[in-house]
Amino acid sequence: MDEELLRSLTPSVLTVLVRRGADFAAAEDAVQEALVEALRVWTAGPSPASSGMGHAVRDAKGWLVTVAWRKFLDAARADAARRRREERVEEEPAPGPAPAVDDTLQLYFLCAHPSLSPASAVALTLRAVGGLTTRQIAEAYLVPEATMAQRISRAKRTVSDVRFDRPGDVATVLRVLYLVFNEGYSGDIDLAAEAIRLTRQLAARIDHPEVAGLLALMLLHHARRAARTASDGSLVPLAEQDRGRWDTALISEGVGILQAALARDRLGEFQAQAAIAALHADAPTAEETDWLQIVEWYDELTRLTDSPVVRLNRAVAVGEAEGPRAGLAALAALDASSPSSRLRSSRGHPVPRHTAVAAYLHERDGDLATAARLYAEAAHEATNLAERDHLTRQAARLNARRSH
Amino acid sequence: MAKYLLLKHYRGAPAAVNDVPMDRWSPEEISAHVQYMNDFAARLEKTGEFVDGQALAPEGTWVRYDGEGRPPVTDGPFAETKDLIAGWMIIDVDSHERAVELAGELSAAPGAGGKPIHEWLEVRPFLTARPTITE
Repeated sequence: MDEELLRSLTPSVLTVLVRRGADFAAAEDAVQEALVEALRVWTAGPSPASSGMGHAVRDAKGWLVTVAWRKFLDAARADAARRRREERVEEEPAPGPAPAVDDTLQLYFLCAHPSLSPASAVALTLRAVGGLTTRQIAEAYLVPEATMAQRISRAKRTVSDVRFDRPGDVATVLRVLYLVFNEGYSGDIDLAAEAIRLTRQLAARIDHPEVAGLLALMLLHHARRAARTASDGSLVPLAEQDRGRWDTALISEGVGILQAALARDRLGEFQAQAAIAALHADAPTAEETDWLQIVEWYDELTRLTDSPVVRLNRAVAVGEAEGPRAGLAALAALDASSPSSRLRSSRGHPVPRHTAVAAYLHERDGDLATAARLYAEAAHEATNLAERDHLTRQAARLNARRSH
Repeated sequence: MAKYLLLKHYRGAPAAVNDVPMDRWSPEEISAHVQYMNDFAARLEKTGEFVDGQALAPEGTWVRYDGEGRPPVTDGPFAETKDLIAGWMIIDVDSHERAVELAGELSAAPGAGGKPIHEWLEVRPFLTARPTITE
């Protein structure tokens, strides 16, 4: 049996059950049992629905819904505490054909419900919409399976009373998908690819410029993935990347999606970020990057979000467009205008990249001593290994140059 | 979510407020202490924040490469002050604040007289995988 097919059907089968009145956790259990049943029956011989595989595939969803619903009812009957819900279910007219509205879309909104913490929303989305196993999710997040199972079941309990009667907030769904994408790609499960897959599904179901913006952003970043890391695993900065290794097909797809979204004149954060990514992807060499336009997009982004990280990136762009002195001035303005707490992490350190950016701008300005000191400081503050090693190398490179 | 290592020390940190060696606690006090730690770990498992934890023996060996063909040096460099790690727990939590909150709770484990030992705990963040978007 085609496991890909089963996985792709899981969300909509799950949604049918929830819509019919099953609570989330019970529905999921029932769907899991139905999947096991499907694997058993469909691999044992000809499908019960037909002899031909094509027919079986066409009926697969209906078959799964029927079996899962029966499993749910069995479980509900066996559980005295669920009697009232069972009565409600019994009173409802027999379910007819599935309505034409998109089931999976509602699942996206449920899994990104505001009552869930971001970490829970991510786990539940990967489980229910993505159809990943708890073990796969646990491996991706490097926690024990039991821990992830608890996280998911808590999330399920949290949303078990939420009914599918109103569309949720698209922005919340997008934030969850963005978190999944940004989680990187350690482990067997490629979370970036998974996030792209889920965002593609969402984009096919919902007509919203920011969904398109996020998809474009992901594609444009993913296109540069192979070039971002050297063979020894070290980080390759954008300016030094071998642009021949960028995936041009993904870039042109991302740019196409972005242009269609921008044409609708409802700018949002993800479209603006994608526009910046597109300008990078569009440059044949680092030197030919259109930094002036990138600064303009950062101005738009600042207007939309005004986050310290965005203003930090803007300072980098200003440094490229108008020279390191201008970049340092932008950095100084940023320090002066924001309350110090906003530029500092919870540990009281500056936002890591802030020091790295200052180091880079000082180096370009010719002040190698300051740059070396700041690179070392930035390495000390780095929160991930690749970045720490990269910054340490920068400091070492400048120190070696200065001692000669 | 971010992972943090909670380090317990035998020595190396300043003396705790309720600093009575464990062998002078009553058996009940020891049981209460162990129970507290187990309950703490069990509760973190339920909240989906537990990753791993182990206790370590006090005896460690210092090793240093001392050149080809020579035996490793195993005498501790600073025997009087060496820092002994008693055990550790890894948690996976939403924020640094949450990590500190949990470490504080662990430090309140009961000791002599059933009162919190106010043990020093070190909270160290793990270096994470690189995010997909950094540029």
